[in-house]
Amino acid sequence: MLNNQGRPTAAGEATASAHPTFTGNKALQVEEALLFEIGRAEVTGVDLDEPEAVKSRLGGLERKGAIGLVGLSEPETMRHFVRLSQKNYGIDTGLFPLGSCTMKHNPRLNEKMARLPGFGDIHPLQPQSTVQGGLELISELARYLMVLTGTSAVTMSPKAGAHGELAGMMAIKAAIEAKGEGAKRNVVLVPESAHGTNPATAALIGFVVKSVPARDDGTVHVEDVKALLGPDVAAIMLTNPNTCGIFEPQVVEIAKAMHDAGAYFYCDGANFNAIVGKAKPGDLGIDAMHINLHKTFSTPHGGGGPGAGPVVLSERLAPFAPLPFIRKEGEKLVMVEDASDAGSAQPFGRVTAFHGQMGMFTRALAYMLSHGADGMKQASEDAVLSANYIRAGLSDLMSIPFPDHPSMHEALFDDEWLKDTGVTTLDFAKAMIDEGYHPMTMYFPLVVHGAMLIEPTESESRASLDLFIMALRDLAMAAKKGDTARFSGAPYHAPRRRLDETRAARTPILKWTPPAPAQAAE
Amino acid sequence: MRYLPLTDQDRKAMLAKVGVADIDALFADIPADKRLKGLVDLPRHKGEAEVERILGRMAAKNVPASSVPFFVGAGAYKHHVPATVDHLIQRSEFLTSYTPYQPEIAQGTLQYLFEFQTQVSLLTGMEVANASLYDGSTGTGEAVLMAHRVTRRNKAVLSGGLHPQYAEVVKTLSHMASDTVVSAPAKPLGDEDLAALIDDQTSCVVVQNPDVFGNVRDLRPLAKACEAKGALLIAVFTEVVSLGLLESPGAMGADIVVGEGQSVGVGLNFGGPYVGLFAAKSKYLRQMPGRLCGETVDAEGKRGFVLTLSTREQHIRRDKATSNICTNSGLCVLAFTIHMTLLGEAGLTRLARINHANAVKLADMLAGVKGVEVLTKSFFNEFTIRVPGKAADVIEKLAAKGVLGGVPYSRLAPKAGLDDLILVANTEVNTDEDRAAFVAALKEVV
Repeated sequence: MLNNQGRPTAAGEATASAHPTFTGNKALQVEEALLFEIGRAEVTGVDLDEPEAVKSRLGGLERKGAIGLVGLSEPETMRHFVRLSQKNYGIDTGLFPLGSCTMKHNPRLNEKMARLPGFGDIHPLQPQSTVQGGLELISELARYLMVLTGTSAVTMSPKAGAHGELAGMMAIKAAIEAKGEGAKRNVVLVPESAHGTNPATAALIGFVVKSVPARDDGTVHVEDVKALLGPDVAAIMLTNPNTCGIFEPQVVEIAKAMHDAGAYFYCDGANFNAIVGKAKPGDLGIDAMHINLHKTFSTPHGGGGPGAGPVVLSERLAPFAPLPFIRKEGEKLVMVEDASDAGSAQPFGRVTAFHGQMGMFTRALAYMLSHGADGMKQASEDAVLSANYIRAGLSDLMSIPFPDHPSMHEALFDDEWLKDTGVTTLDFAKAMIDEGYHPMTMYFPLVVHGAMLIEPTESESRASLDLFIMALRDLAMAAKKGDTARFSGAPYHAPRRRLDETRAARTPILKWTPPAPAQAAE
Repeated sequence: MRYLPLTDQDRKAMLAKVGVADIDALFADIPADKRLKGLVDLPRHKGEAEVERILGRMAAKNVPASSVPFFVGAGAYKHHVPATVDHLIQRSEFLTSYTPYQPEIAQGTLQYLFEFQTQVSLLTGMEVANASLYDGSTGTGEAVLMAHRVTRRNKAVLSGGLHPQYAEVVKTLSHMASDTVVSAPAKPLGDEDLAALIDDQTSCVVVQNPDVFGNVRDLRPLAKACEAKGALLIAVFTEVVSLGLLESPGAMGADIVVGEGQSVGVGLNFGGPYVGLFAAKSKYLRQMPGRLCGETVDAEGKRGFVLTLSTREQHIRRDKATSNICTNSGLCVLAFTIHMTLLGEAGLTRLARINHANAVKLADMLAGVKGVEVLTKSFFNEFTIRVPGKAADVIEKLAAKGVLGGVPYSRLAPKAGLDDLILVANTEVNTDEDRAAFVAALKEVV
């Protein structure tokens, strides 16, 4: 009701904690039960008419009992999931400085374009004559990726970054096998600072992983690589810019050393967003590099996917690209889906059914068309500038492990400055939640003690960056002053306090089960 | 540029604060001769309207499933997705969130993952399900690797009824990992003796149900044969709606169940993104790939959810991980969970009955077309027909008449020598008019 009678609006008492609510709710923060606690077996939110009876042709394999699912009506469904959404932090909620993850703005134009029926409602196996526009979109995105990376081939089907790594490393393995060196080249070099997916990928297809030690300036030195090179080395998997947020100054020499030794250079392109329009990985000597469309080209992360991980390839690896790929025949685009149609190419196989993440392709191309050559370059520059601005704003309070190199798109701090404060990196990160921020990436890369990796992206205004810096400065000073309570119990204001992960792992409860029937009263 | 908040004035002030003269000073680690001068050779930025025009023109060249009588399946199916699903998955807090590594501010994602795992476990009849993989085909590859780890053997037997592209994914992975694959030949009637191919090196038998030709299979005898030889039965499905009507793979004795969830909530998307469903017996839990969400409590004793058992995963175990997967299919999981919530037990089972009834009707109509033979006796919503001449030509001629009449099997396996077979799918979206149009067009082209 409109307060038009001059009723006083000041609260009688100021503290909230003394007034717990009956429901456990806190105004807009509403507790939500599990679907299985509120749904009913007989309820459905989809109106379907029972079909006319037909004689079943299921071969006698009908389900015997109930499945156990429950349903909700449409309004209940809406409320259930909207309430769940309100317990989540997203880019649209606030600054999301998760290093290495590139949480940049997700334009809604991209969502709109992906939902055009001509893209969202076509089937991967309908006649190719009826999807020429779909093939054109994939080809155009491929062209953009090749121009930006300075390469001449790209395989589009990998489903995410790690899947792209797998496809790229398979192409390397196929090339080695084609040279008859499959039996002897089985070692892959991986720097200690690498993403966990790199060694996991190499091991998955039978490579032996050897670690390249980190130098104390956060970079990989060509001499350390050369020391490990031999006739048994197949490739190096090097992230560039690396996970310390530094562009590897010796990347060209490392590429040359690999090639001179008959080996390949796989580049983890997770951080390509820092150098789009500033340098071309192809010019640096890479043989394969995946591109996380969901990082660099802003297709949304969606709470953990879907991603897309196209892999650009050097001329040496291009013939081994997996199926499918698109070939131009006159005016017509043809999706080559079988090795027997591959012509002179020697595809190593197939990494997924169908053609890849079309929904992500559409979003990425919409993003690239919007930005253009000028906008993409500016985005890289703004991302790098913003990271260095944060670094400059915090460097007098927080310790920087590698001060000799400028940061690229992310600023890395260690926990040296927290020594003797009783506050850990984890505590500090959790206290950021109370300040309305998503924590930075922490304890990664592994080569830095108590690492804090801050990636603001190009999507923040200067005012937003300034407020973030001030909030972190306030926290840092509190930690140094010994205000440990602000950290040890944090977060205090999130929908949940810290969760007991040990308990979750020790006695895994991975699905809802009906409560045991109540004990009969004695 | 509308996505970039910084102004030139901001940039100048920020450079001053950083203490460098210009932006290129921050890129000094890039070797000077590798730094790009000027812009790459691509067009400059565009406004929204212009981007819509360009992409709209491309989209208009395609024939959307909803615009024609549409019977294409073979691993991806046209189903109706309620409007609520697409609205909810575009909520900012879902769409623009990350993998829930900070559970205090990601309970929304974690709770729906827990609900998803429960739904998948019920549907498949298995004890545990993970929080998704990329899709059914890559999930099948992961299932085979998992069976190798569990049994410490390295030979997989693939049914000839496994989707040929799924089989290719498994073969590629196995070749690269130096594992062995034995593939049974494709049998359109599903009459194969897989038990005879199991030996003491066999880690698993991979069988799809309904198979790629549409045959509904009783997995129980095969489950027994696997158990007797110490091999695992991996049951694959490409049409999750079938689980609304068919006996669950778990109830038939599967050890690992993997499938494609695209039919519920996700849409066609020209092949991706989709969502891989993955479930297993709980004794194999620690060998499972992918993320798992588990229940726990917070510091105040309130129920909450976290990602758990991550010591299996690449970010902890590196080269000893059970899989290299990181990003999975989160938002498609959400779409699946919402659609499955709307359907519920009552809606899903009815949807499955409608699919089956429609397919039965269509099969009977097609059987009446001269020269056309319906091969599949027991099926759910997809079956195989034999046509005179090349199936691929028939499909092109049908397309020219505005009917998308299925998938020629030769498109999936050009070298199988099965050039006269068409896989025909029929879901709840097909009307009596669609079926009549299909039959009329088919009569004209065969």
